[in-house]
Amino acid sequence: MAENNVIFGINGPVVTVQGPTSLRMKEMVHVGEQRLVGEVIGVTKAFTTIQVYEETTGLRPGEPVYSTGGPMSVTLGPGIITNIFDGIERPLSAIEQVSGAFISRGASVSPLDEEKKWDVTLVAKVGDRLKGGDIYATCPETPIITHKMMVPPEMSGEVVACAPNGQYRVNDTILKLRDDRGTVHELTLCQRWPIRQPRPVSERLPATRPLVTGQRVIDTMFPIAKGGAAAIPGGFGTGKTMTQHQLAKWCDADIIIYVGCGERGNEMTQALTEFSELIDPKSGRPLTDRTILIANTSNMPVAAREASIYTGITLAEYYRDMGYHTALMADSTSRWAEALREISGRLEEMPGDEGFPAYLPSRLSEFYERAGYVRTLNQQEGSISVIGAVSPQGSDFSEPVTQNTKRFTRCFWALDKSLAYERHYPAINWNTSYSEYIGDLSAWYAENVGENFMKYREEISALLVEENSLMEIVKLIGSDVLPDDQKLIIEIARVIRVGFLQQNAFHQDDTFVPMLKQMRMMEVILHLYHRCQKVVARQVPISKIIALGLFDKLVKMKYDIPNDRPELFDGYLREIDEKLAPFLK
Amino acid sequence: MILEHIGLNEINGSLVVLDGVKGASNEEMVELRLDNGTSRVGRIVKIDGERVVIQVFEGTNDLSLVNTRTRLTGRPMQIALSPEILGRVFDGLGRPIDGMGEVYPECYRDVNGEPINPVSRIYPRNYINTGISSIDALATLIRGQKLPIFSGSGMKHNELAVQIVRQASVGDDEDFAIVFAAMGVKNDVAEYFRSSFEEADVMDRVVMFLNLSNDPVIERILTPKCALTAAEYLAFEKNMNILVILTDMTSYCEALREFSSSKGEIPGRKGFPGYLYSDLAALYERAGIVKGKKGSVTQIPILTMPNDDITHPIPDLTGYITEGQIVLDRELDSKGIYPPVSVLPSLSRLMKDGIGAGYTRDDHNAVSTQLFASYAKVQDAKALASVIGEDELSESDKKLMEFGREFERRFINQGYDENRSIEQTLDLGWELLSMLDRSELDRVDDAMLDQHYRPQKS
Repeated sequence: MAENNVIFGINGPVVTVQGPTSLRMKEMVHVGEQRLVGEVIGVTKAFTTIQVYEETTGLRPGEPVYSTGGPMSVTLGPGIITNIFDGIERPLSAIEQVSGAFISRGASVSPLDEEKKWDVTLVAKVGDRLKGGDIYATCPETPIITHKMMVPPEMSGEVVACAPNGQYRVNDTILKLRDDRGTVHELTLCQRWPIRQPRPVSERLPATRPLVTGQRVIDTMFPIAKGGAAAIPGGFGTGKTMTQHQLAKWCDADIIIYVGCGERGNEMTQALTEFSELIDPKSGRPLTDRTILIANTSNMPVAAREASIYTGITLAEYYRDMGYHTALMADSTSRWAEALREISGRLEEMPGDEGFPAYLPSRLSEFYERAGYVRTLNQQEGSISVIGAVSPQGSDFSEPVTQNTKRFTRCFWALDKSLAYERHYPAINWNTSYSEYIGDLSAWYAENVGENFMKYREEISALLVEENSLMEIVKLIGSDVLPDDQKLIIEIARVIRVGFLQQNAFHQDDTFVPMLKQMRMMEVILHLYHRCQKVVARQVPISKIIALGLFDKLVKMKYDIPNDRPELFDGYLREIDEKLAPFLK
Repeated sequence: MILEHIGLNEINGSLVVLDGVKGASNEEMVELRLDNGTSRVGRIVKIDGERVVIQVFEGTNDLSLVNTRTRLTGRPMQIALSPEILGRVFDGLGRPIDGMGEVYPECYRDVNGEPINPVSRIYPRNYINTGISSIDALATLIRGQKLPIFSGSGMKHNELAVQIVRQASVGDDEDFAIVFAAMGVKNDVAEYFRSSFEEADVMDRVVMFLNLSNDPVIERILTPKCALTAAEYLAFEKNMNILVILTDMTSYCEALREFSSSKGEIPGRKGFPGYLYSDLAALYERAGIVKGKKGSVTQIPILTMPNDDITHPIPDLTGYITEGQIVLDRELDSKGIYPPVSVLPSLSRLMKDGIGAGYTRDDHNAVSTQLFASYAKVQDAKALASVIGEDELSESDKKLMEFGREFERRFINQGYDENRSIEQTLDLGWELLSMLDRSELDRVDDAMLDQHYRPQKS
């Protein structure tokens, strides 16, 4: 293009080009001599407005703006897993080699290692007809993930040439496809995809399987389905990041994408070191072998923060299309919303609620709608579960980001300050949280965990509700005045809260608890409750029952029973019967 | 070729507008010379073709549309650095004000800094013994951390900061230094810090950047940036362990608000600009440890919460960026408890990996978790006692009340010069916990209780 576009104005991360240009809306451009990455966000006859994904210090009017002809895209191919990227898919370790410990501007690095050779097996052969999404080659990307090269969704045709199996770099052509018009496309190990456009699927399926996380308060009380979306709102210090890290470590998705969006640098470093040290119990390999990290820390450019969420979900869709179950953790979507607000302010758009742009709800819904359980173009099943942390201003859940997120997610894990003060983690408040997936998932629980699972769950949550209303009275007049059957509820609820809902992320057994153990824990707790009810009905004072030490023993059973020996719970049931038997004679 | 632009087009608050400027670059520094011979420093904040908007740090008093000549310097804001800066005092823009002459520069650095690459960071784990029980046991400070003190007007945050500096530095060898940045604080406060550093005999290891409350407001925006640039230089090029004290972040944020509103930007919450989070993050994130370098930058920003309101945007956004917070409480303060650390909302995020066997002591996590849990219950008991009277409380609640009082009086409260070792602190924690029934201690496993629970002691 011979057009000579030059910078006219600069205001923070927003740069304008004067006069009518041929730059397209949402096109990716390079700005200035240093070729900073930017995106066109507004076009008028007088000005084209560009948001720049890097610091604009030192830019001058008159510097050139280069068009790339395409929208903001990411490169998809082997080498993504185990890597850590910034918000626009530049690998941070490659940037480190170019510019040292501090990130300097205009660092031009390619997203994937172009020199590394992959062990490729071709599964298509000459003469095959392939359509969008069909797999033509595979290679082992990590010891546990097989990467599948797929025909780009909009392409189809006949294979006219095909390389033999062997070692290839990401940009080597391994297959040639002639479409119906006779054009021959060369396919390599990688493809590009625009981040703001969802990748197509064959059909969406209902979500009927849970994403098992090993966290009792989530799996039992407020489960999320594979393909579902959940929000974790909480003020600072309530454990959003801890909860996200726990989910990233233990949930049973095949691939985890962890987006650190506008959060702390040290936290990303922690995720990086911790995930490479931790061994995934299912595969026996380090967790990094299934993890992709996207780190756009709070001091990195704000516009790239806005893009990082889309980069993350596009990578998730790519692996979903291979038939994997992926989970995306976004920490925190509030920072992303604030990035929107910041850019919107620079554009002098009319603000909506609390200065957020009026299009905030539609952007949020677009994003969460990219989660789902689907049949892919190549007829496999895959899913994306999205778990978004929300950092409400002033811990006030009525602010726009929390409220709008609530509308588009079906699972809401409200983190509670007072629980966090008690160091009750995960600090998910059982009175204000909810999950709409319970109905969809109950069949799965009945089939895979136990017939009684849902019954136990309902009873446990009924007890917690009852305790909540009793506590209102206790707060006014003290617990001494309650009748014994209500005191029993308070005692048993304490066991549920401390022994069941609270979970120790640093304890080797308690950090991940299998479903069967979760169910048996509920069973033992409820067994104690039912027995005690009978005892209390015979006018035995509750202090006598408490003196038996059964309640305290149950509180500690999460530590005392190893995860692989659920049969030990039978001993607890027997002990309860034996110790209470004298009262029931 | 140096071009001078005569006159200005517009003056608005701290901003001036200049037309017909060619070759200006974003964030470039400019020098404005008045016809009376004085000069001021400014920075380009917005460019529209040949029209530039300049922020004047020392204010626009005396400026008219005709009496100034503006010169572009061709570079962003930089400060001169060398190891000689130790022991020196600078103004808010990094110019020496102690009468000892200019610093002979070893290098110049852009005050905006560059973000540390997350893969180049080392996750901080080394704990700093401050000798203050409430911090060491419950919100442990880690080398390379950013741990702010949330305070209110009139509370003893300055004393606390000085005590941390004094006790954390004692015993440390050569490679320790303090960078102190004052933004909009009174002269007395700056003087208090200076004399305290002198008393502790560390003055030759301190770099001070002072923008006092009567200094130009807009200058404040650059003061922490200068300080942190000096800190990064000393830490990552001179291999020193740096403790940075930034006080008062509230004044910094207000200066930013003033600048933003004169620029006509759309305000966010309470009039603060929408980018306050990003702006604060660009400061706080300049703490840490970097691979291959021996030094570290640890930050203790101090901020006074307007009206003691922790949900005010300044403490709120700070809490979302920093790795925990130490919150001071007015009620404890008025009870005469020093330091008045409000235990429950205080938190150190890096604590979990920096304590325990090999760092402090194996029972540290157990003690702190149990103290938090029990002290949280004390609050419930207190609330109940205020309704029905303490006499009507159950036996266990009475014990809790007693525990709460002793905890505040003996654990939180300590002398201004008292330097407790971590062993003393943890043993004291167990001693207090032993006042409660064993069954109340539900966050600790039995083995730990067998070892440390000693009910007869109390």
